[in-house]
Amino acid sequence: MTNKDQYKVNQEPFYQPQGDEVALYEAAYAARLPVMIKGPTGCGKSRFVEYMAWKLGKPLITVACNEDMTASDLVGRYLLDANGTRWLDGPLTTAARIGAICYLDEIVEARQDTTVVIHPLTDHRRTLPLDKKGEQLEAHSDFQMVISYNPGYQSLLKDLKQSTKQRFTAFEFDYPTAILEVEILCKETGMDKEMSASLVKIGQAARNLKGHGLDEGISTRLLVYAATLIKGGVEPRAACRMALVRPITDDADIRDTLDHAIDAVFG
Amino acid sequence: METATIPAELDVYWKQLDCGFPRVEPVFADCMREALATLSKQGVDAYIENARFLGKMGRGAEPILIFMEKWPAVAKTLGEDALPAIMECIRRMWKSPNGNAITPFLQSLPATARRLQSPQQLRGYLDIALDFMERTTGSIHGIQQTFPSPGLPSLFKQVSVLLSQLSLEGLKNWVEYGVRYYKDHPDRQIDYFSLQSADSRAVLQRERHGTLLVDNERKLDMYLRGLWHDADQLIPYSGAFDELRKPIPYYDKLGIRLPDVYDDFIPSVGCTPCTENGAWNAPYDKAERIVISGIDRYRAVLAHIAAHRRWTTAIFADNFSPFQRMAVEFLEDSRVEYLAMREYPGLRRIFAALHPIPAEDACDPENESGVRHRLAMLSRAILDPRHPYKNPHIIEFAQRFLALMQHSDSGTPEMADLAVLFVAKTRRQSDQLPKIHFKDTVVDYRDDNRQMWKFIEEGDEEEAFDEPRKIEPGEEINGLPPRHYHEWDYLNHSYRPDWVSVYEALHPSGSAADIDRLLAKHAALAKRLKKMLDLIKPQEKVRIRYQEEGSELDLDVALRSLIDYKSGATPDPRINMSHKTSGRNIAVMLLLDLSESLNEKAAGCDQTILELSREAVSLLAWAIEKLGDPFAIAGFHSNTRHDVRYLHIKGYSESWDDRVKGRLAAMEANYSTRMGAAMRHAAHYLEKQQADKKLMLVLTDGEPSDVDSKDGRMLIEDARQAVTELDRQGIYAYCINLDSKADKYVADIFGNQYTIIDRVAQLPERLPQLFISLTK
Repeated sequence: MTNKDQYKVNQEPFYQPQGDEVALYEAAYAARLPVMIKGPTGCGKSRFVEYMAWKLGKPLITVACNEDMTASDLVGRYLLDANGTRWLDGPLTTAARIGAICYLDEIVEARQDTTVVIHPLTDHRRTLPLDKKGEQLEAHSDFQMVISYNPGYQSLLKDLKQSTKQRFTAFEFDYPTAILEVEILCKETGMDKEMSASLVKIGQAARNLKGHGLDEGISTRLLVYAATLIKGGVEPRAACRMALVRPITDDADIRDTLDHAIDAVFG
Repeated sequence: METATIPAELDVYWKQLDCGFPRVEPVFADCMREALATLSKQGVDAYIENARFLGKMGRGAEPILIFMEKWPAVAKTLGEDALPAIMECIRRMWKSPNGNAITPFLQSLPATARRLQSPQQLRGYLDIALDFMERTTGSIHGIQQTFPSPGLPSLFKQVSVLLSQLSLEGLKNWVEYGVRYYKDHPDRQIDYFSLQSADSRAVLQRERHGTLLVDNERKLDMYLRGLWHDADQLIPYSGAFDELRKPIPYYDKLGIRLPDVYDDFIPSVGCTPCTENGAWNAPYDKAERIVISGIDRYRAVLAHIAAHRRWTTAIFADNFSPFQRMAVEFLEDSRVEYLAMREYPGLRRIFAALHPIPAEDACDPENESGVRHRLAMLSRAILDPRHPYKNPHIIEFAQRFLALMQHSDSGTPEMADLAVLFVAKTRRQSDQLPKIHFKDTVVDYRDDNRQMWKFIEEGDEEEAFDEPRKIEPGEEINGLPPRHYHEWDYLNHSYRPDWVSVYEALHPSGSAADIDRLLAKHAALAKRLKKMLDLIKPQEKVRIRYQEEGSELDLDVALRSLIDYKSGATPDPRINMSHKTSGRNIAVMLLLDLSESLNEKAAGCDQTILELSREAVSLLAWAIEKLGDPFAIAGFHSNTRHDVRYLHIKGYSESWDDRVKGRLAAMEANYSTRMGAAMRHAAHYLEKQQADKKLMLVLTDGEPSDVDSKDGRMLIEDARQAVTELDRQGIYAYCINLDSKADKYVADIFGNQYTIIDRVAQLPERLPQLFISLTK
């Protein structure tokens, strides 16, 4: 039997609620409803799931999805060893066995036919048929399915099937409001309020450019990076250029505009 | 010559001058006193001597008068050493037939001196002028220099405008262009050098120094969106040709109007006259004398306007006097800037550098109206806490303003109240004087505030802007407006700006049945083509590897997995592969030369080239339609550079239907072949197509030529340049040439991307085949 405790979240992660999402999640978990979290990159999706797992005291198994992922990467496969073959559970199967929260991060990155394997686990059946092994796995009563994705850069090819979408309850996350974001920066990095407010202002300038040359604005995560650098003694303008501007764009015009925004904000 | 107006101490100079013009006498004493005050001893001697020369030159009293009046001031900026070079220049004009340019030259001197600043620069400028004079002075029948240069006086008249916008290098290029194209055309030359003609202005625009709005529109648009969450059309206006009343930035419902160019702003030179009284030096350390780049000046204007749009509410103007309104505007400007700086503290650096610092004692309250002066001081005091002002009213109101802003955003009406109080407190009798003190009171990044006023009564000038323009019945536009394209001048390795006008129109329609008949005639050929098409239609298969389930075993991967398995590592189960067919992705533009020469009979058959082309194009169009590639057809011919016609036959979104066939059937040949412009125009459509490969087929029967181009190479080189441009846009240009003598030029234009079809009768067969082999 797999050791349950290794998947436990031991320390309380910092999470700043933006609304009533914590209570809603708890309600969804109480009914073991599958949850989908949408939102731009770096707005706190994974942090939220981690926090909820901690709060509920349940183990959390995270899978980062990618294009080359196959159904057997999730479910498990037979391996060969000296004595013949041996079955190895995939992360999804493990979660269903031990009663963990299974979190599939960036689910759209996986191919659509792969994601179909989660269907029987996410409706009333709550079972996982392991055809290769010939086992019908009943999910543990604590098991819950959570997926996340970023609708921002989704192309026509990268979308969820309707049949997948309609098995989930959903949260729509966005970057927090300026006041909340300042608070997050203060708490996460110990930065003072004034500097945090300046960083948030730059972040918002970039978010206004979304769709006008930028695919995504500056995320809360990047703002945290910038704050961390500044806290570590880096000159604020240099830190902002390094953590906020250079990562998100190669476009000279946008770079100039954002550099100017940094100068304008720091005076 | 004893006269009463010449004081005794100046008499000796007067004798030396030896001038008989009655107009010189009354001004002599004043000029002389100024000269004695500013010039050295030798300088005064040279001054008199040269003035004497100008008086004896036989060109009337003008030259000597201007020289006597202006030289002392010019010498102050350029130094006395500059005089010999200037006089040499005048002598050369005097000896040539260009004496009529001396007066304008002297008149332009003070302005030129102000712009050039150094003797080296002046020498450069004189060289340009003399070189220009020599090259444009006309000679006839071998006798040198018979006619004066037509453009020289105009050049001197414009030179202050020119130098305000061009560097010396730019001026040189501008003059060079004019000489090159209008050397032999006196009237056009005058138009060019007096800045009347369109290309003169276009070249000027090209050579300008500074930051052009067109180059930075995207950046500024992002600035507005990113920092201000605002967006609007940015519309440039030109400040170049309106010397008297400089336009001011403003915004209305159509967009934000900005000047077309901003130079970098350098506080210490010329631009802020406040250096003269040292206001910049006294309370400010050196670090503050920063250069504000052109782009930052644009950003300042946009920040100011965006702040108005965010925080200003329009108020009724009718109850305020003009002075009060001006004061309200100043304070409201200060308020929105204050709020903008609260948001973005970095703006203070830019605003503070751009905002003038009127010297406190600059305005003489006895003779001038100081309204603007006081308001500009107040505005400066609000902006800059380290302001140098002592006036208690200024200080008091700056503090009251700051107190109002301390805890809230305040509002336009509150500013109006404060402004009215300020006007009342600081009112002076002299405010009514017609002479208003303007120096250092214009804040050039501020808009004209037309949006902050509402009017209860109609009939003010603001309304005039909203009146719809009446279009005269005859003025109605037929067809699309012309598009202008550059043309490459290979002699000078430069583009002639906006040289060619291309008019696009729908090709007139004929009977579609004709084309169907043509296709029926070539039914046998069509059948053969069909076979070829079928061959290329199912495209190559693409392998998709790493599939867990697929149609075939991928041996490479399977082996690798087996090795992994034997050695105890996790084998990759994705050992199969499958296939898919890849889509064909080519956009085609077929450009037909419809020049007069197509009406000739083709060698070896009784059809004209036009008829054969029509058959060939019909077949090709049919073939491409079968393949399903997006394609367009257009024809072109030209009658001088002012009239290149681009005839639309089929667009990308149209299908190969009767309307298209009808247009093809009505195809006619006329005029000449200006190929480059047509290719550029066609390219702007092809460029917008979403396709991996873009192919432009040019079907022509001769070399590019036009009636207004005497140099045969010119249009060939232009077409070659157009091909290079196309290449840069990712368009592959290919020429099908029907001229058996084409070897001479076609390779020059298209490199090796061409085919010559000698036997034109074969065209209907060859053209589709060629296309198929090109795109296989």
